[in-house]
Amino acid sequence: MLGLNGKDFRLFLIVCVMALAAPILLNPFPVDGALAQFNAGYPALMQAFAIFGILAIGFNILFGLTGYLSFGHAAFLGAGSYAAVWMYKLFNYNVIFAIPASIIVAGLLSVLIGYVSLRRSGIYFSILTLAFAQMMYAIAYSDLLGRFFGTPITNGETGLQVYNSDPQFLLAEGGLAEPHLFTLNLNNLTKIQFGGWEFTFEVGYYLCAIFLILSFYLSIRIFRSPFGMMLRAVKSNQNRMNYTGLDSKPYMLAAFVISGLYAGLAGGLMAAMDPLTGGERMFWTASGEIVLMSILGGAGTLIGPVLGAGAIKYMEKIVSALNDNILHGWFAWMPDGMENVAVAILHPFVGKGWHLTLGSVFMLVVIFLPGGIVEGGQRIGRLFGRKGATQTPTDATTTPAE
Amino acid sequence: MDAIIIQILNGLDKGSAYALIALGLTLIFGTLGVVNFAHGALFLVGAFVAVTTQRLLKISYEVVDESKKDFLGNPLVVDTPYVHGWFGQATGDAIIDWAVPLSIILAIPVMLFIGFAMERGLIKHFYKRPHADQILVTFGLAIVIGEIVKAFYGANPIQTPAPSALRSTVDFGVWLGYEPNSILYPAWRLVYFFFSAIVIAAVFAFLQFTTFGMVVRAGMADRETVGLLGINIDKRFTIMFGIAAAVAGLAGVMYTPILSPHYNIGMDFLVLSFVVVVVGGMGSLPGAVLAGFMLGILQSFASMNEVKAIIPGIDQIIIYLIAIIVLLTRPRGLMGRKGVMED
Amino acid sequence: MTSSRFTRRGALKAGAIGGAGLAIPTILRADGHTGFTNAPTGSTVKIGFNVPQSGPYAEEGLDELRAQELAVEHLNGIGDGGMLNTFSEKNLDGTGILGKQVEFVTGDTQTKSDVARASAQQMIEREGVIMVNGGSSSGVAIAVQGLCQEAGIIFMAGLTHSNDTTGKDRKANGFRHFFNGFMSGAALGPVLNNAYGGSRRAYHLTADYTWGWTQQESIQAATEAIGWETVENVLTPVGAGDFSSYIAPVMNSGADVLVLNHYGGDMVNSLTQAVEFGLRDRLVDGTQFEVVVPLYSELMAAGAGSNIQGVYGSMNWNWQLPDEGTAAFTRSFGEKYGRPPSGAAHTCYVQTLLYADAVTRAGSFNPCAVAEALEGFEFDGMGNGATTYRAEDHQCFKDVLVMKGAESPTSEFDTLEIVEVTPRAQVEYPEDHPMFAGGDLGACNPGA
Repeated sequence: MLGLNGKDFRLFLIVCVMALAAPILLNPFPVDGALAQFNAGYPALMQAFAIFGILAIGFNILFGLTGYLSFGHAAFLGAGSYAAVWMYKLFNYNVIFAIPASIIVAGLLSVLIGYVSLRRSGIYFSILTLAFAQMMYAIAYSDLLGRFFGTPITNGETGLQVYNSDPQFLLAEGGLAEPHLFTLNLNNLTKIQFGGWEFTFEVGYYLCAIFLILSFYLSIRIFRSPFGMMLRAVKSNQNRMNYTGLDSKPYMLAAFVISGLYAGLAGGLMAAMDPLTGGERMFWTASGEIVLMSILGGAGTLIGPVLGAGAIKYMEKIVSALNDNILHGWFAWMPDGMENVAVAILHPFVGKGWHLTLGSVFMLVVIFLPGGIVEGGQRIGRLFGRKGATQTPTDATTTPAE
Repeated sequence: MDAIIIQILNGLDKGSAYALIALGLTLIFGTLGVVNFAHGALFLVGAFVAVTTQRLLKISYEVVDESKKDFLGNPLVVDTPYVHGWFGQATGDAIIDWAVPLSIILAIPVMLFIGFAMERGLIKHFYKRPHADQILVTFGLAIVIGEIVKAFYGANPIQTPAPSALRSTVDFGVWLGYEPNSILYPAWRLVYFFFSAIVIAAVFAFLQFTTFGMVVRAGMADRETVGLLGINIDKRFTIMFGIAAAVAGLAGVMYTPILSPHYNIGMDFLVLSFVVVVVGGMGSLPGAVLAGFMLGILQSFASMNEVKAIIPGIDQIIIYLIAIIVLLTRPRGLMGRKGVMED
Repeated sequence: MTSSRFTRRGALKAGAIGGAGLAIPTILRADGHTGFTNAPTGSTVKIGFNVPQSGPYAEEGLDELRAQELAVEHLNGIGDGGMLNTFSEKNLDGTGILGKQVEFVTGDTQTKSDVARASAQQMIEREGVIMVNGGSSSGVAIAVQGLCQEAGIIFMAGLTHSNDTTGKDRKANGFRHFFNGFMSGAALGPVLNNAYGGSRRAYHLTADYTWGWTQQESIQAATEAIGWETVENVLTPVGAGDFSSYIAPVMNSGADVLVLNHYGGDMVNSLTQAVEFGLRDRLVDGTQFEVVVPLYSELMAAGAGSNIQGVYGSMNWNWQLPDEGTAAFTRSFGEKYGRPPSGAAHTCYVQTLLYADAVTRAGSFNPCAVAEALEGFEFDGMGNGATTYRAEDHQCFKDVLVMKGAESPTSEFDTLEIVEVTPRAQVEYPEDHPMFAGGDLGACNPGA
């Protein structure tokens, strides 16, 4: 189906259903229940899942298949966002200009950076990409380009945003002043009540979801194509491949640019959800986060990076929003002394301490689940003796990159 | 000319910090082949050993002074450090004043222990694992260490001054035959430079002139063969990990008077130390030291107004620009060995 | 097509009636909404406190959070009422706002513009907050202010000192209690003239981002007005850590004053290193070299320790002010947390009360009604004397403090001392002043 084999098609279907039904699946708890805190089915978080999912899928095409660890991928994300906001400033808020622009800009940039960085391999490649990204961060954060041209280009630390005085050549009188797709406002949403449950369907999220599905489909096709084979060959032994007379460089560059395009798309979508962008998006910690998402989920597997992205974003938003009052609420059934002890134990891990949770989860996952979340899923699958899980999908067991 | 001399001094000073951190990282990278993202955290722990020493020396008993009021109008509670009681006010103050150098005594065993514990408890299990896993686990560890420090010491920078005798400036120009007061340089920064030089020299001497060092060097070059010779290379590598941690920790201790430490200082140094190590070349200790000093000095020059007038903002990107240029002209950094971390 | 933005609470209520517990899906449409975003419907109202809880300003954010929690207690009638007793308006009686108990949610801005926006968005969308308060950087304030304008709720900026917040980036839904770079300059100018004379040569080190630029511009203008010369302005990267290569050239530049346009950890480091290089012991042609830090905060003072002794700077508010309002707030804060409040804490506390008061006077939570009640609002009793929220740019005008590092602090809390309370008239400026030009409040947006 759709050029996919049975197993891949099933996986693709699962992703489609997950993406399209996310507003329902991610809101398993009634709105007024004690666990409503853990609902993730609200637009801002679902958008983050989809956008970072796209980013991680793209990163995985480079890292998962070839083993080349780019430590500067956030630069393409940031460049994409800046391009999108500039489209808003120059034309209008229609994302039909913004998103292609972000993909093109990120693509051009990745050709440039990829061409230079791919002259080295291993850690030398990583540091080259890191250096490019950090330079771009400094340029954006202090608007060094703007200083050169005499007009704000990235608008420094404040972040690039649209002002009333911007040209916006295509903005009609009284036109929509929020990102939209042919006047379909991306912020439009519909809420549906179902008993104690409430589900929010937002246009913006569905735009992201559609792109996520397309990205995922493309990624499966790349993984299964001769081109994907070639990339894997690079990973297993680039030298041997070169000795056979094959020039691996064009393949590598293609993989790098493809993953750059994905990052540009993610950056464009970010700017489509919120028409502002800042230089922090390019900082090395942002690049590091992409790497961590990919490894946490399971590098080299199709679905892993998406799961990793989801896990990190979930912790960032949900765990950081917990506080002592909520904890006391949970443990109210305990005797007072025990309640206080339980709250005291959990206290450092929630709210402002969510980084501690993040760090601990990284360590626990990598210690106990060497293949990331995907490996965890397979183990659970084996535990319940599900048929077919014993013969793990060839792809999911691909060893993580070295 | 004096402006250039002073920037060379600044560069040597920055460079010695970079070199120390990179040296420790290369020991771990080069000897054990582990990508240690927790190396910045070791620097952080070192810095907070100094903070803790300062706090310990200042542990006080409280005396209520009725003649003074605190901000709520209650009688003021005056803290008097116990060391005042034990050694008298003057000696007590002198001990507190020398908290940072004193903390070296504490830092060496603490850092060695942390290094051993880290290697035995965690890193050991990751030698055979992919670099990606090493990154994830050490990065997680770095976050956890940072957050623990934050829980105890808050997020604000903590002032840890140098001893008052070393807080003044040295008239460096006079030594070079300039007029008095033309080149003043902070005494502590000179101390830092000489301290780093001694530590670096000690590490090299240890590796070069002891049997232990010889075995470790052999192990770095070819671990399997050394293992086949019946030498317990693992134990030595554990010790090297401890030494690397101690070097990073000492760099942190001595840097506190220059940079007030806060919980995120490790992350700030992490990326920089990787850049330095890779520019120096993987697996090369002299390379790491050379790259540290080179980047420090170039960064100082790029910060000069005369340079910034030509290329605005060059000081913010110089390190990365140099890294790119070096890596493109010299495939394995300044002095890298073939085949280390190249795939 | 009609906009179909919804309020969560409105939807809940409608859902409760429509669904009535039956498992029948109820699809809500755009009609029958309340007229503005997140209109409170139950017996409670929720406000959002968006402050840095991680990153370099985490400590400041924590103090803001403490103050905001205290404000909520006072609004709900818990505790001694703090500034409610000294506030010139007497509409708030400890029964919440318009009879609704006040609840709050918190978010972490991480001091990053886009994270702060995402966090505010989450508060608005998911938690249904009616107002967002707090923050500790101008970039964040401007970004979140823009978001609140789009979403149709009121934003009260926390610690933001850039001229742009109520200048080129001013917004109809945003208000700022904190002072700005221009006011710092206007207050510091005469004091510096008295202390150091009118023929100094100043060397500026400036954090290379929006806030640094506007503050430097303001201070340069103010010091040149008293006859000082500006030798050089050097932009330094944010978070540089070691500023030695920027400080060393100051020594032989002929300058006799160093102005540090840095904040937070950068200021702690640059000041410490300036002292380390012996700048404060230096004589330039027989004149004592001086350092000036235009924007002070208690946390920075604590971080810099003895290095700030005798260094001039300015502040929005300080707990050592003698007025009744300050005393009342310092007492309630001190008794609850065992430390005096910081200036940022004061701003966030006061803004919460002022918002509540404005709602009460307007008789509605509608952000446009609230904004109208705040515009041109004059009051007293919140520290800083008689205060006005100017209608034209939503900047607050009040007395500004000139501070000096205390020579012999008695405890860790009185590291700064008040040199002068600069009367408000001296720091006022027309809203179309060139440093604030190019802004446009736009129309108030009630959302929905």
